[in-house]
Amino acid sequence: MAGTGWPHIWMSDKIPRGSSLPASDSPGAAERVPHEPSAASRLGVRKTYKLYVGGAFPRSESGRSYPIYAAKNGELLANAARASRKDVRDAVVAARGVVGKWSGATAYNRGQVLYRVAEMIEGRAGQFADEIRDAEGISAADARRTVATTIDRWVWYAGWPDKVAQVAGGANPVAGPYFNFSVPEPTGVVAVIAPAESSLLGLTSVLAPVIATGNTAVVVASQDRPLPAITLSEVLGTSDVPGGVVNMLTGHTAELAPVLAGHFDVNAIDLTGVPASGRAELERLAASNVKRVFCADDDWAAPPAPRRMLAFLETKTVWHPVGI
Amino acid sequence: MADDAERGKAPTRPATRQVRGPGATLTAERGWQYAPAPESREIVSIEPEYGLFVDGAFVPAGSGRTFATVNPATEEPIAQIATADAADVDRAVAAARTAFEQTWGPMPGAERAKYLYRIARILQERSREFAVLESIDNGKPIKETRDVDIPLAAAHFFYYAGWADKLEYAGFGADPRPLGVAGQVIPWNFPLLMAAWKLAPALAAGNTCLLKPAETTPLTALLLAEVCQQAELPPGVVNVLTGAGETGAAVVAHPGIDKVAFTGSTEVGIAIAEAVAGTGKKLTLELGGKAANVVFDDAPVEQAIEGIVNGIFFNQGHVCCAGSRLLVQESVADHVVDRLRRRLTTLRLGDPLDKNTDIGAINSRQQLDKITELSAAGEAEGAHRWSPPCELPKKGYWFAPTVFTGVSQSHRIAREEIFGPVLSVLTFRTPEEAVTKANNTPYGLSAGVWTEKGSRILWMAQRMRAGVVWANTYNRFDPASPFGGYRESGFGREGGRHGLAAYLDV
Repeated sequence: MAGTGWPHIWMSDKIPRGSSLPASDSPGAAERVPHEPSAASRLGVRKTYKLYVGGAFPRSESGRSYPIYAAKNGELLANAARASRKDVRDAVVAARGVVGKWSGATAYNRGQVLYRVAEMIEGRAGQFADEIRDAEGISAADARRTVATTIDRWVWYAGWPDKVAQVAGGANPVAGPYFNFSVPEPTGVVAVIAPAESSLLGLTSVLAPVIATGNTAVVVASQDRPLPAITLSEVLGTSDVPGGVVNMLTGHTAELAPVLAGHFDVNAIDLTGVPASGRAELERLAASNVKRVFCADDDWAAPPAPRRMLAFLETKTVWHPVGI
Repeated sequence: MADDAERGKAPTRPATRQVRGPGATLTAERGWQYAPAPESREIVSIEPEYGLFVDGAFVPAGSGRTFATVNPATEEPIAQIATADAADVDRAVAAARTAFEQTWGPMPGAERAKYLYRIARILQERSREFAVLESIDNGKPIKETRDVDIPLAAAHFFYYAGWADKLEYAGFGADPRPLGVAGQVIPWNFPLLMAAWKLAPALAAGNTCLLKPAETTPLTALLLAEVCQQAELPPGVVNVLTGAGETGAAVVAHPGIDKVAFTGSTEVGIAIAEAVAGTGKKLTLELGGKAANVVFDDAPVEQAIEGIVNGIFFNQGHVCCAGSRLLVQESVADHVVDRLRRRLTTLRLGDPLDKNTDIGAINSRQQLDKITELSAAGEAEGAHRWSPPCELPKKGYWFAPTVFTGVSQSHRIAREEIFGPVLSVLTFRTPEEAVTKANNTPYGLSAGVWTEKGSRILWMAQRMRAGVVWANTYNRFDPASPFGGYRESGFGREGGRHGLAAYLDV
């Protein structure tokens, strides 16, 4: 599918929009001589949207895909990989494997990596704006604004890794000859069901706090608007975020979320992207290994607060006697 | 209940018995005995029957059903306690809701603070009464109720009282709001202290409470209700509903409850999380543990021995954060185990009210059966069992301090929470192995580390996945110190600024 096998009936100017290379069916394409391609006539190279697991971009092991349509006119945008429960388990293994490395990195380092993510999105702002315009059916201007807010949100979280311990921890004045301090630590592997509507800004707003605090993430992207999430994965893959820290799955939320909610090697789950009617069952599944469950329907355009970070932090308190 | 005449009769309480063994002390070798030093029971007057505390008054259960609370050291019933059912829970929730909306909620924080300070002061004033009552109802030694449970309970109220008018500075935003009515279900191992851990932060934050004490230890919670009356706490702010699991389930399930807080087993905690799923109730859980207490070869051995003993034999091992897995470095394992055994021969098991007693009664027949069963499994699976020579009183629920050596990680006694005076000893060679073994459990409540090397303490503390790490000490608690677990030991913190978050809309 990644090669030349795209049926022409799907072709439109949707995918390469914003690129400097117009699609083959753009006006005038038919007149060109095939062996002398000009910028106007060249056949566009489309992207295959795959999963992002362990730093690689595999297809679903199930071989399944599902069509993604533009929000506004229902045009086919791409075939996204439809992840299976096995893909979920593979993603959890990848996420667990890198918990030590990511949580053990210095906070300064994590902050720089997150800032790098913002830099990379800035460089691809046009591409993201086109993708979310198609995905969400918003105007080009709104899409550009949303990308700008997204970049700023990554920058906001990039500043947090080396500050959150001072905000959430501290020394405790116990009544005895002990030095006692509390530090926040990442809870481990966090499953994130990304918001269904806001395909990039919403996704960023739920993902960045999870990894800023040193957790690793298995994300189920918006079922109907997953393409910006995969493009974001490409950004993560080139931003010094170690492979496995973020694992991005596309597919049917109702199929994937219960596997994550009931998974015994997942420490916490953010159910923000789950419709209210589906949350109770997932919370019940999450109880099986005492997962931390977080869910908050935020206004993504509004300034964020630290609570999404605090939700996935554990507080460790250490005592030591004072004496000579 | 206990007047002088009764105390003078043939022992209804077990006499304190000194444990003797190969490492017996000078005193024992010469046949000297500790003279019994019983704390007077006179200070506390126990009613024959107790009702529920609802809307500021003691009332019988609607159903009229009662159950007996038993002195675990003698198996004698102490009093009849009302069993609250769903209708009683309804009444209590209504009272708590009214109090939340009309008195406690709108009250300025500074006024709430003064009520909590009053409660703290009355607890201090009546501390001996509480200590004796707790020992009678729970079976734990008077030296622990007197020196730990009751003073810490008072300290919790004193600490959180001061937060009530300072919530805007607690780091949760400019105007953090209370949640409403809190349903709080607590265990039997630290009955009054757990009540204080639950009530003090909830009330400071402006919530009203339904407290469900454990079935086997309701008395100090009911005495605390009387303290609330004495402090003139407005009716409905604190309600105490006694009963067994069904009562707790009714509290948790009630739609008028905004917040559920539970301390107890992981099994019940999971059931509560399932019951609360989808309701939007805020939940905090403080569940089981299987803590590793790691002793390195450079540890100060005599201090470590005291820490090991305190870690697992404090409160008969009925402690969720008990250091029930001793991980000792192989090179010093024989020496440490030998010193530990000598120390255990000096522990005195017996009458909880005797001030010399180190180890009191197991809280219930049910718990004794569980400890007995798991210890038998330890032997059956091949671990080596040892207890100091120890004569157990004929009546009551007792279990001798027990140490298992030759324990492997797959043994049930290394994996399951025993919640009794049973220590499993495992060994390790490298710090990496110690960390791996310490973390090889679904729990993550606490951990201990003993070494003289500062960098190693911090290295271990960073890597052990536990909410509390005691370095060169064990089982220390303080109202300013956040307490709570990782993983299947639950979530949320009690104590300190962090403890407020459980009761605020943040």
